[in-house]
Amino acid sequence: MNAEYVLKRFLLFLAVIVVAVSINFIIPRLRDTNPIKERLYQLAAQGGVNVGKMEEMIEVWEKKFGLDQPLWKQYINYWNDVIRLDFGKTIADFTPVINEIMRSAPWTIGMLSVATVIAFVVGTVFGALLAWPKTGNFVKIFVPFLMTLSAIPYYLLGIVMIYTFAIYWPILPTSGAYGFGVRPEWSIEMVLSVISHAIMPAGSIVLTSIGFWGLGMRGMMITTMGEDYMKFAEYKGLKENRIFLSYGVRNAMLPQVTGLAISLGTILAGSVLVEVIFAYPGLGNLLYTAISSNDYFLMQGIMIFVIVSLGFALFVVDLLYPLIDPRINLQEQQS
Amino acid sequence: MTNFALSVENLKVYYHTSGGPVKAVEGVSFNLSKGEKLGLVGESGSGKSTIALALMRSHKPPAIIEEGSINLGQTNLLDLSEENMRKTRLSGISMIPQGAMNSLNPVARIRKQVVDALSDHSFKFKKAERETFLRELMESVELDPKVLNLFPHELSGGMKQRVCIAISISLKPQVIIADEPTSALDVIVQRQVIETLSKVQEELGAACVLIGHDMGLMAQFADKIGIMYAGKLVEIGSVNDIFKNPTHPYTRLLIESLPDTKGKRPLIGIPGLPPSLLNLAPGCSFCLRIEKENRKEIPWVEISKDHFIQKCDICSDYGKVKTKK
Repeated sequence: MNAEYVLKRFLLFLAVIVVAVSINFIIPRLRDTNPIKERLYQLAAQGGVNVGKMEEMIEVWEKKFGLDQPLWKQYINYWNDVIRLDFGKTIADFTPVINEIMRSAPWTIGMLSVATVIAFVVGTVFGALLAWPKTGNFVKIFVPFLMTLSAIPYYLLGIVMIYTFAIYWPILPTSGAYGFGVRPEWSIEMVLSVISHAIMPAGSIVLTSIGFWGLGMRGMMITTMGEDYMKFAEYKGLKENRIFLSYGVRNAMLPQVTGLAISLGTILAGSVLVEVIFAYPGLGNLLYTAISSNDYFLMQGIMIFVIVSLGFALFVVDLLYPLIDPRINLQEQQS
Repeated sequence: MTNFALSVENLKVYYHTSGGPVKAVEGVSFNLSKGEKLGLVGESGSGKSTIALALMRSHKPPAIIEEGSINLGQTNLLDLSEENMRKTRLSGISMIPQGAMNSLNPVARIRKQVVDALSDHSFKFKKAERETFLRELMESVELDPKVLNLFPHELSGGMKQRVCIAISISLKPQVIIADEPTSALDVIVQRQVIETLSKVQEELGAACVLIGHDMGLMAQFADKIGIMYAGKLVEIGSVNDIFKNPTHPYTRLLIESLPDTKGKRPLIGIPGLPPSLLNLAPGCSFCLRIEKENRKEIPWVEISKDHFIQKCDICSDYGKVKTKK
């Protein structure tokens, strides 16, 4: 890997973010309505008062929000805020949006990245085994059964799990990220509490996405097994395990890794429904609250956060890919 | 027992399909002494590659070896356990694959691909010894030892095929099978690769089975030529016998169909199509091609020393007049 490659990828990463953040700026302004006017008239109508000096009020508020300035200036101000991570304040209680995001993001990142990685590993291994002719019958019968779970939406499975493990056999907590009586600090009690709270939301995601990874891997593995290098590996008299892992899985995995990166990147958007169902205090839940209470600043902040994190995840994958597939770097040098 | 390096007796390989067995290899027998080179020639679907797979015991269902024996020295490969067969591959009998371009693992360096094969045959080297071994191996196929540190996509087609040859001979097998080793290469590289193969094979003293349909290449490389037709070996003899005195009608037509280098003449093909191997009737398959029929068992006849043909009473004179013309 050379510096030029890294630089190219980094510039691409920046470009993606600039475009995405700009779109985030443009879309609300494409509407020809005046948000402040709308809001004030709405308030006035609710209050049933006929306000005389409406125009003056609008002007004052516009000045306060910087909306009286020309569009290009607004754009610059907007970038100025984004760079300082100042996404404004939430409408609900005027805490800075960035604080809300920073409070929720760790829960989402923790729970969902573990769930995604588990689903990826298990699904990939099962998928590879399914394609391998010498796999035992147990896997060949059990795994397709497991894969039918991927046809069930994870939020439905979540509800079924709540019924089963929290109501029918009350062994797992239904909501939150840790128990009420536990103090959030580094202790065994806290760790156990966090794990037990994460089992169900993570479990519903793992169970429903194993099939996705498994089917993808199975297809890739079948294609790989038809390759000449697999035949030659057999002629070389290699051990079965080595052919399977170093020659088969190693090659069949490459597209899976891209898939993993994309899903790790989109994690921050959270699995909204799962977090809502399990009242998990993550980004998904925050986004849900923001949407349901029309909290534009919060929504916009979360969006930018998600865009940047997805772009960053892809950037990291771009850097890692030449290590996984040596052919990538070379093509870059030739072009 | 004999002291042939490889002796195949009455080998039958069938592909079992829902429509019945496809008799891809039907009673093939041949012997190879140490250092002897056999060229197996035949049109597509005549069972050449199936023989190669069966010799390596790498055939996959629905292919099944129905009958026969494959003797490597004194051991019948068909009696070996799966694990012993694995160990015999490469150390006793090795195969140079058909698709040179894609036969190397794209994500591993050449060194690892050679070392993998050594370590799975329980070869333990000290590091310095291993490097010497690898360097000599690469030099024996006329490659720069630096190639060891490269990935397959950094090599040309000819280099890749040389790496495959190097891997195939790394454990000094008694028998090397080369299934169209040059099919993906251009003519000049083909010749160089075949010369390399010839050289390393002679150094090893290994018997070699070269499969292909390039008669010119065969004439240059092989000592003996076997002609496959519809799953059967119809004629086998020394290169001289086959080219000077082709006796089976199919061989005759095959050799006639080669372009003449001395004067211009229209190219001649072989009339008809090979019969379907699915539920093939016993008897002479070549008769079916020229719309005749002979259901009798076709005997092996030695027409001169070490030159055998499957002699069918009905079709054996077919096309002979044309030859004389």
